[in-house]
Amino acid sequence: MTTKVINVVVAGLGGQGVVKASDILADAAFRMGLDVKKSEIHGMSQRGGSVASDVRFGPVVHSPMIPAGEADCLIVVAPDQVDVNRHVLKAGGVLVSPESLAGSPGKVQAKSVNVALLGVLSTVLDIPVETWEDAIRANLAEKHHRLNLEAFHLGRSAN
Amino acid sequence: MVAKLSDRMLLSGDEAVALAARNAGVLLGTGYPGTPSTEILEAFAQLGGKAQWAPNEKVALEVGLGASFGGARTLVTMKHVGVNVAADVLFTAAYTGVSGGLVLISADDPGMASSQNEQDNRQYARAAGVIMLEPADSQQAYDFTGAALAISEHFAQPVMLRMTTRVCHSKSIVVQHPLPQTDSSPDFKRDIPSRVMIPAYARPAHRRLRDKLARAAAYAETCAQTILESRSASLGIIASGVSVMHAREVAPEASILQLGFSYPLPMQAIRTFVASVERCVVLEEGDPILVTELRAEGLAVEGKPERFRFGELNADRVRRILERDESAEPVVQPGKPPALCEGCSHRPVFETLKRLDCIVSGDIGCYTLGVLPPFTAMDTCVCMGASIGVGLGLRHVLPPEQAKRVVSVIGDSTFMHSGLTGLAEMVYNPPPTGHLLMILDNGTTAMTGQQEHPGTGRSLLHEPATRVVFEDVARAMGIDYVVTLDPMAQGNALEEAITAALASGKLAVIVARRPCILAAPKIRQYEKIALEKTSRCAASCAAGE
Repeated sequence: MTTKVINVVVAGLGGQGVVKASDILADAAFRMGLDVKKSEIHGMSQRGGSVASDVRFGPVVHSPMIPAGEADCLIVVAPDQVDVNRHVLKAGGVLVSPESLAGSPGKVQAKSVNVALLGVLSTVLDIPVETWEDAIRANLAEKHHRLNLEAFHLGRSAN
Repeated sequence: MVAKLSDRMLLSGDEAVALAARNAGVLLGTGYPGTPSTEILEAFAQLGGKAQWAPNEKVALEVGLGASFGGARTLVTMKHVGVNVAADVLFTAAYTGVSGGLVLISADDPGMASSQNEQDNRQYARAAGVIMLEPADSQQAYDFTGAALAISEHFAQPVMLRMTTRVCHSKSIVVQHPLPQTDSSPDFKRDIPSRVMIPAYARPAHRRLRDKLARAAAYAETCAQTILESRSASLGIIASGVSVMHAREVAPEASILQLGFSYPLPMQAIRTFVASVERCVVLEEGDPILVTELRAEGLAVEGKPERFRFGELNADRVRRILERDESAEPVVQPGKPPALCEGCSHRPVFETLKRLDCIVSGDIGCYTLGVLPPFTAMDTCVCMGASIGVGLGLRHVLPPEQAKRVVSVIGDSTFMHSGLTGLAEMVYNPPPTGHLLMILDNGTTAMTGQQEHPGTGRSLLHEPATRVVFEDVARAMGIDYVVTLDPMAQGNALEEAITAALASGKLAVIVARRPCILAAPKIRQYEKIALEKTSRCAASCAAGE
């Protein structure tokens, strides 16, 4: 079980499922019985602009926002948004981007890249795969379950 | 609200307010959509509460006040600038007082993630004399909403619950504690001196208000929202809202006094706290309100440098304030700005207005993005509805060759919100060169996430309602020149219509109607469901059921 607060930033562009991915991650941590906070700026996000969502979990979480240079992991769904978000990562932090899917055993469909990247992230976090699957099911309509569970596992076995 | 593990839930602050309102027996929720407040009424409706969108915030608060006069617990929601619209109601509602608990949510937007200004609505509590509570996370959003309803009834006063973007939209864990209930149900009780604010009744009402506020201040001293965390005596922090969370993060050793009941202030508790620590820092987002008031009481407290008045606070900025770090903050590379969607029906409108070199008096909504490249086709944008008045003002004074190019552009929801009076001004005081008002009707309140309004003909839950027809309104108000067109239609119809209207020198209204590309599939679905319902009804009527 996690003893310190883990900070994950999910970033990308409006319409790429950034908020959905952060919902799934926050829900997975929540299902672990951890304290969780998640924060992002909505509003203009559907208009294709930059979106970033902060997810923090651990025994006790205070501020909902991750200060620059303190993210343990950074997921960027849009390749061209890596540079503008890199400053949030701490030294030695893990960057997960569509490039991380290069070694995936199958092709990830464009609309589930967000969930596939959670699959990559899952290999560095201490959350059981069943919990991830439950969180994916709980946050998506049933008709999207199969595709996204597949994408998650493609991401999980990429490297 | 998917995540639920035993009695823990992972909720946004907005969802937590809705849940509390439902659990505390709120009978009516009303408001106008506005980021970051919009999700409250949607969640309240999903939980089975009676919720409705009003045409604007003033009407919402009036409806809420009437419901409260009638004895119902009532929730009224809006964003910070919406309170400006509702302020006329608010100031005098503080005099009339209320019967059923009335909670007004003010969702402020420090940093302007999606707003035209970052006004600090804690000022309204002071200006109007309204009790204010400020939650710091979703649990407090839940607890304080319940408390606010009870406090409202206890003092027979409206209560403002001030939230901010990071409280409204952050998700954190909520446990559904039982909330104080009311045992009274709606029933009209005549009380003319309290409810009719003629000067003779308003004078004593103002004295009653000040008396109630004095009692509220005494109540605040020991209430559950004034939260003392005693730790180190070397550093004390006084804070409210999400700043409390940043303070705990950055200075875990500091003593913290959270002013969850932030107006009127529990001055004795504050005085005792300040005396108990060697150094006392006031952490507040936005305007230096608390620090100014505490200093006026003669308390030796530190505030923040002026530069932190701008934008949100976060852990790093709080650290800088506490460490008196005056070094420059890191400059964050700007991300990609939002833009009008590919296939958005506003695009050809702004392309055309730019091509025709129009002077565009704009308004609040998705279409404000017409100001950005490649369009750069908006010259003013101030507040909801201002497109019409500002456009008319320009027309009145500019030289004719410029005046003739002025166009007011307003969205459908914004027109319902604040455009009707502007249109009345247009017909009543017409500029010599005439004027053109374009209503960009995309069939939804798009910017805030596709909410309904009176012009869509559907209720908050997307069920059929009486539709206000813009063309009929314009004609009824005295505009003869009314044109309806599809801005995406083939050919030059849009450009020709604008050119002709501008050349006519008359008062003209062009309704450019095409559903928002994001909302269109849902609108078709709502229409289909409504149609099925109607035909089922017809069938059962025919069968004599």
